[in-house]
Amino acid sequence: MTQTQTRPFNRYRFTAALSNVLINIALALFAIACLIPLLMIISASLSDEVAIAKYGYTLIPTQFSTLAYQFILRDPSQILRAYAVTGFVTVAGTLSGLTISAMLGYALSRRSFAPRRALSFYVFFTMLFNGGLIPFYLFVVQTLKMKNSILALILPLLVNGWNVLILRTTFQQLSDDLLDAARIDGASEWRIFFQVVVPTSTPVLATVALFMMLGYWNDWWLSLLFIDNRNLYTIQYLLYNIQASVQAINSDPRVLQALGAIAVPAETTRMALAVFAVGPIAFAYLFLQKYLVRGITIGSLKG
Amino acid sequence: MASLTSSTPQTRAPSKTLVQRVRGYLAKNGTFWLMALPGLILLFLFAYAPLPGIAIAFKNYKFNLGLWGSEWVGFNNFGYLFATRLTTRVLFNTLFMNGLFIITGTTMSLILALLLNEVHGKLQTRFYQSAMFFPSFISAVIISYFVFAFLSTDTGTINRLLQSLGMEQISWYASPEYWPAILVLINLWKGAGFGSILYLAGMLAISPEFYEAARIDGASKLSQIRYITLPLLVPILVITTLLAIGRIFYADFGLFFVVTRNTPQLYATTDVIDTFVYRALRQLGDVGMAAAAGFAQSIIGFALIIISNLIVRRVDPDKAIF
Repeated sequence: MTQTQTRPFNRYRFTAALSNVLINIALALFAIACLIPLLMIISASLSDEVAIAKYGYTLIPTQFSTLAYQFILRDPSQILRAYAVTGFVTVAGTLSGLTISAMLGYALSRRSFAPRRALSFYVFFTMLFNGGLIPFYLFVVQTLKMKNSILALILPLLVNGWNVLILRTTFQQLSDDLLDAARIDGASEWRIFFQVVVPTSTPVLATVALFMMLGYWNDWWLSLLFIDNRNLYTIQYLLYNIQASVQAINSDPRVLQALGAIAVPAETTRMALAVFAVGPIAFAYLFLQKYLVRGITIGSLKG
Repeated sequence: MASLTSSTPQTRAPSKTLVQRVRGYLAKNGTFWLMALPGLILLFLFAYAPLPGIAIAFKNYKFNLGLWGSEWVGFNNFGYLFATRLTTRVLFNTLFMNGLFIITGTTMSLILALLLNEVHGKLQTRFYQSAMFFPSFISAVIISYFVFAFLSTDTGTINRLLQSLGMEQISWYASPEYWPAILVLINLWKGAGFGSILYLAGMLAISPEFYEAARIDGASKLSQIRYITLPLLVPILVITTLLAIGRIFYADFGLFFVVTRNTPQLYATTDVIDTFVYRALRQLGDVGMAAAAGFAQSIIGFALIIISNLIVRRVDPDKAIF
């Protein structure tokens, strides 16, 4: 009798526990699948070149070797230059882009700014319509003459409508009392912006800055369009170029002679270079994922 | 002289008010204009100023003659564009692949959100989410590197696996038929976790009372999902799908160009509008036709975004982008 009474309760507990385990297994598998590709690259970079040729790419090095890193660090000028270019573009782009976007967003958020509606539409329209690649490319190359200029890697990404509108929405929610109090104290709009608005909006500013940094660090597209000068290769574009020349050699060995100076690195060295490109991001992500996850929520919920 | 002096007070009075009005306007708005100006100028330079270049689509463009020196040819470029068989292929690939991405991406994001919604440990949720978002921060170049580690003909993990199973190896970078599936997988890897947050936010907004009532009625977890969660998520699903359809003519250039390593043998399934335009510009030098394709993409894309947004506004005015 007592058995039949407790049985349904137990069965419910059992299925609940079982489904909980299955759900966690499924999510853990997907989470691991998200990280495995990164581990593959790291493993390949720490593998022996001959072992890769023999056993193929594996998740754990079949034969451990740091030769690829030694090879890169023996003559680090290429990677250091790429780091310097990428670092400069990322820092200069993020700092100026954030300042400019925030100032624009703040102006558009103020109800006392007469043309705010028309200008908001001016910003917003850039998100809806663009002339496409060809007009953009020819304008930058022929009118702005920015071919092989580091400005071509910074300016086009400096301001985008999405960031400006997110910032505008955030600033709209600032309490008017706070700003009026500052105004009564005789603070100029500039002082209010830099000493009241910016400090009270740091979470959103930090998130936008993080996304800008990622955008600059990961960019290879602007380099692909505008950069031939090898001194201006970013880390991503350096990797892209190595990959493209490997591709060219595979399809036609004669290219090797034509390429001349470009030494095509071995597979493990290429993977080590990829680690150099993704390393700083993975490292930063460990510390900043809290902000990023929050930022994604802000972006997806359209403030 | 006399008329001049007599007229000055009259002309001065209105001109003074104009100056005053300008001064008043600047006193109120000048600082804001100064703050807005750098951003407005940059947007002008990179979004508005190139727009007259759209005219290239209607010109026989020669680099040495420049935009305004080249000869007008009306709709000839569009004629060439629609005469090549390439256009059908490129158009089909763009719509087909983006269609696949929308269907698989939405399904996967929804499943992940449903699963995440059942996890209650804070630490677990944070680990899963952090891992799932990570791929969104990886560039197409890096993706192409590890995809190569999987698919390389001689040393790739997949071929070694096939070999150890006694199956025949596949030359992945010469077999276009596999790439729709490969790209769908990469796209899921890259974006499904990121996409799930929207649905998860939608689920967290559902009142717990619905579930309590269902539990008292003895509804199983699955029927709770079937009859409470999913129906309440329909508006969000409709909206995200519509917005994605609004962008269906724009392909992920990194995915189709860099990850496929721009391999000509794969064009049959991987050549999309964006890669076609790029190649026409940089490799074939057919600027007119590239511009025509780009122009068609911009116009149709713009119209689709407007239409999809109008429908979204019908469904839920708060979710419309404008």
